[in-house]
Amino acid sequence: MTALADPLAPAPAAPAAARPVNRARRRAQILHHIVLIFGVLLMCGPMVVTFMSSTWDPVVIHSEGLQLGYGGKFLETYETVLLKGGGFTGEITGTLMLWNSVLLGLGFAIGKIVISMLAAYAIVYFRFPFASLAFWVIFATLLLPLEVRILPSYEVVQRLGMLNSWSGLILPLIASATATFFFRQFFRSIPDELLEAARIDGAGPFRFFVDILAPLSKTMMAAIFIIMFVVGWNQYLWPALMTTDESMFTIVRGIRQILQVWIGANIPDYNQALALAILAMAPPALVVLVFQRMFIKGLVETEK
Amino acid sequence: MTVTLDAAANAAANAAVNAPASAPANAPVIAAAAAPAASAEPTLVIDGAVKRYPNGAVAVRGVTIEVGQGELVVFVGPSGCGKSTLLRMVAGLEDITEGEIRIAGRRVNEVEPAERDIAMVFQNYALYPHMTVRQNLAYGLKNRGTDKAEIARKVAEAAAMLQIEDFLDRKPSQLSGGQRQRVAMGRCIVRDPSLFLFDEPLSNLDARLRTQMRLEIRKLQRRLKVSAIYVTHDQVEAMTLADRIVVLNGGQVEQVGAPSEVYARPASTFVAAFIGAPAMNLIPAELAGGALRIGAEAVPFAAPPAGMAPGFVTLGLRPEKARVVPQAERAGGLPFTLDAVEELGASRLLHGRAAGADVVTAADAALPIPQGPLALHADPADLHFFDAVTGTRL
Repeated sequence: MTALADPLAPAPAAPAAARPVNRARRRAQILHHIVLIFGVLLMCGPMVVTFMSSTWDPVVIHSEGLQLGYGGKFLETYETVLLKGGGFTGEITGTLMLWNSVLLGLGFAIGKIVISMLAAYAIVYFRFPFASLAFWVIFATLLLPLEVRILPSYEVVQRLGMLNSWSGLILPLIASATATFFFRQFFRSIPDELLEAARIDGAGPFRFFVDILAPLSKTMMAAIFIIMFVVGWNQYLWPALMTTDESMFTIVRGIRQILQVWIGANIPDYNQALALAILAMAPPALVVLVFQRMFIKGLVETEK
Repeated sequence: MTVTLDAAANAAANAAVNAPASAPANAPVIAAAAAPAASAEPTLVIDGAVKRYPNGAVAVRGVTIEVGQGELVVFVGPSGCGKSTLLRMVAGLEDITEGEIRIAGRRVNEVEPAERDIAMVFQNYALYPHMTVRQNLAYGLKNRGTDKAEIARKVAEAAAMLQIEDFLDRKPSQLSGGQRQRVAMGRCIVRDPSLFLFDEPLSNLDARLRTQMRLEIRKLQRRLKVSAIYVTHDQVEAMTLADRIVVLNGGQVEQVGAPSEVYARPASTFVAAFIGAPAMNLIPAELAGGALRIGAEAVPFAAPPAGMAPGFVTLGLRPEKARVVPQAERAGGLPFTLDAVEELGASRLLHGRAAGADVVTAADAALPIPQGPLALHADPADLHFFDAVTGTRL
């Protein structure tokens, strides 16, 4: 930070010859900031508009379009969205949907981390026939995204009688080639001597995993957790197919549901839909904000 | 420095006094089993060990070595000579294809590394990066189910011995190379093993620290009276540390002996060239009828060593045993042309050619560099003779 700040600070003692250099650098920095500010506006603009509009009356939004200013109905709108029962049964509230999304995101992320760590552990540290083939088969599943195999997946879940259940919603999704790949690469970068030292210290496969590998993977786990939580949170198609019970609706589904159902005789509740959109965006954004330092650490730092 | 070393030595001595009390608690089964044979059986016996990889490559070709009680044996050789593989076979990190390894009289071929009663220092130390120094030292004991008070006592003892008490709560990443080295040794000491294994432990340190740690390892091993194998490619380390040196080449033992013996009577041209710096001069020559023919020159050679048949030989001469003198001063010798001079402070190396061969000689730096036409002289007793074909000593 100081290194960045220094060139900006005026240096009275500096010889005159240094001045033009400073000025050139300063001009470059102004340019950099213009580019950055433009980027920030591009990213944040739609969200600001969404949030501001959600505080207006639906009539205003309907007649005048989206709003940039504060409309003063923040509390009413968000209270309705969070606490008032809606949907077909009239029982589903925003809070419940948020909670469902949290459950899905957590189950999704934690399940993926556990499964892929174990898979990577087996692939990297155990010699078994066709180990590398097994890895490439796992890796090849990246070529078959969920959307491609959604019908057979639905069939399997349906036959197992797991429709409308959390296990049916989460379990079929937790195998992850991406996370397995990340963990495999990470484990391979851990020096063999650590394993050997642990063997001499009397640590068996389980101990080594729990005492050494898992703690060393902490930052890696955090990074994958963020990615997978957000992916899980944003799932739309899968929960829409697996669950028909409204009490299991996630907030991402809820946005559409509310718009559709709450279209009354007159004007749709635009403000509530926008408020739900904000609520749906906030938790993943928070997760990223809170974990971002660990996230970056996990991706770039090697603590070995 | 002497003060620190002495303090370490005292601490080590205290520990050695304490050791008998702690030994039975630590390894009662092994101690009991080994007790009757303890005096007869060396700590480690490697009996015809062979390492063959699944792809057919052979790293170790039938090595037989014994390491006695409290002895420090150094495996030395160029990279790829199988020294590290052999050490890892002893540690249990590599399978033994053929032959047998016995530690304290017990066959360990199929025994897990943790049960072999050994401790190992790795080249990169292999400290657990997420654990504090204290946890690093304690981890092996914890896995063995040693009780907490005992662990604390042993860790404190080892820390005092190695003077790392101040770092016990730091992570390895916060330590310097030398400190990490000490922690790695501490991890060995707390386990009270019957054999220490060192796998090039000093190669990651700078030259000054290496010399210092070398001495500390030696002192520590002497105090603890634990047998040790030390693997290195550095012949200076081998010479200074070893009770006995094992020179390995291509997976086979070239020579086993005390450092002075290996230096004074190298068993082959390989050993001759490997041990000693600068390396021994090896000059092709021919023994014929009371003369030694070197290139175009013939030197009268009255007394060929007993049992040496006339024929082609490789002549070995240590640089420090060779003398370069102006021809005017002394008759005879081989004409020598001086090409380059290297100053080493206390001595200087004279590089040149004599009778068509490159020759290095070492001379006292206090003497002036000889000028004019020069000749190479050597005492016949300082000459080594090797078979020209097989390279073995004659």
